[in-house]
Amino acid sequence: MITGSDNHADPQATGPSSGDMVSRRQRWMAALARAPVSRLEDALTGLVDVPIPQMLRSPEIGTIMVQARAGGTGGRFHLGEMAVSRCAVLVRAADGSALVGHGYVAGRDKRHAELAAVFDAMLQDPARHDALERDVIGPLLEAEADRRRRVLAQAAATRVDFFTMVRGD
Amino acid sequence: MYVAVKGGEVAIDNAHQALAEARRGNTAVPDLTVAQIREQMGLAVARVMAEGSLYDPDLAALAIKQAWGDLPEAIFLVRAYRTTLPRLAVSEPVDTARMLVRRRVSATFKDLPGGQVLGPTFDYTHRLIDFALAAEGGPPPPRAPEADRPLDPAMPRIADILGAEGLIEEETPGQGETGGGANAVPDLTRQPLTYPAGRAVRLQALARGDEGFLLSLAYSTQRGHGNSHPFVGEIRMGEVAVEIVPEDLGFPVIIGDVTVTECQMVNQFAGSKTVPAQFTRGYGLTLGYNERKAMAMSLVDRALRHGELGQEAPAQDEEFVLSHADVVEASGFVQHLKLPHYVDFQAELDLVRRLRRATAEDEGNAVRASEAPT
Repeated sequence: MITGSDNHADPQATGPSSGDMVSRRQRWMAALARAPVSRLEDALTGLVDVPIPQMLRSPEIGTIMVQARAGGTGGRFHLGEMAVSRCAVLVRAADGSALVGHGYVAGRDKRHAELAAVFDAMLQDPARHDALERDVIGPLLEAEADRRRRVLAQAAATRVDFFTMVRGD
Repeated sequence: MYVAVKGGEVAIDNAHQALAEARRGNTAVPDLTVAQIREQMGLAVARVMAEGSLYDPDLAALAIKQAWGDLPEAIFLVRAYRTTLPRLAVSEPVDTARMLVRRRVSATFKDLPGGQVLGPTFDYTHRLIDFALAAEGGPPPPRAPEADRPLDPAMPRIADILGAEGLIEEETPGQGETGGGANAVPDLTRQPLTYPAGRAVRLQALARGDEGFLLSLAYSTQRGHGNSHPFVGEIRMGEVAVEIVPEDLGFPVIIGDVTVTECQMVNQFAGSKTVPAQFTRGYGLTLGYNERKAMAMSLVDRALRHGELGQEAPAQDEEFVLSHADVVEASGFVQHLKLPHYVDFQAELDLVRRLRRATAEDEGNAVRASEAPT
């Protein structure tokens, strides 16, 4: 399972095999899902040529059932659901080829799912990829890593040493 | 029996308007925003998400506002809303060993790897009312201190450490885990509850069960109805990543993070003919920061394992516990009693009158019989 701070490997350092493509895409999709929607809006506004996406699946709200394991490692069970939004778009690459982008994001913000899908499509375009990686995904991952560091630093400040008292008679 | 009634539409409309006005309270006081509830009533929001069985802080906050602060009513609203949404996927199991930990304590090992991390807690507060909070509009509290060295994100679970020695029973992926995919795991939102329920359904029912009910049952096991001597092996709270494998992609993607609270309760078990003495486990896991609930859940989960471990008390009766643990069902059935039962009651009233008449006649006959010359 891939979680937050563990998947920050530099995508440029890996070759172009399809497995690498999947892991790179997982990394940016996670960053887009975790991003505040306002940052994605700003990033889109900041683009020189904003693409006109074609809706393949209009943004919709649904749930996903979250599973867990008994005792953390045992049999699976259903913990409860969470709200999720999804969207699929088609964006034309610089060379005219069709790129399909998917957005799956927690919560009921359809616009978030739509923006995530548009960026997912654009990031698959070799002509756009590096700039988006540098200007959008990189800063998003950095902000998220920084947030995590602060959570762990605050938690660390509450670490205690309990002493077991020996009772004297 | 409940017989439908008609009429009263105007009165009902007016009653709902009266509710809306009462809920709003004094209009000289500013309207409470959903964001304020989400941010400043976080534990109420967490409870509504856990028992409403839908992780969505904004929705839970809105439900609390609409419910006039009545949490079971808010839970009902969330449950009802949930049924209107299509289910798009089932997640991969969340991995609590890779939690972004905000709090993590053990009552059994003081020197556990990673340490005792208190995090945001009421523990060790004096429970004195803080009148300073009544002074509104002041500056926000200073940021909580941060250590120079953050926690190591890899924080092993205690149960996994003890498990390595064989002192604690292992939790391994169960039967039905292989081959059937997500559908192999029973889901009580899709199938009715039947008994014996099995651990997966039990944990699902407890995770969405009423905190008050589970707390009382857990308490009963501590007071002797169930003969257990539990220890908190570990409590941890923080965020876990949620990952799904969308059909149209075919590989796992993270869609976000949810806060969960996990409690691993350990109990001594003297052993049996087939199992050596070891510690057994009860498991609690809730959506959101619900520590009391997670602890109660772990105690009740352990109590319900009596079938496997051979004991008997109310908290160990699976059908009794699971049939009554749901706050929406319990609240609905208790509260339906206030709806019109006029026809039903009329029938009972007639019956009681007839019985009294019959008794009076019998007594009259008996008196006449005793007065009659023998």
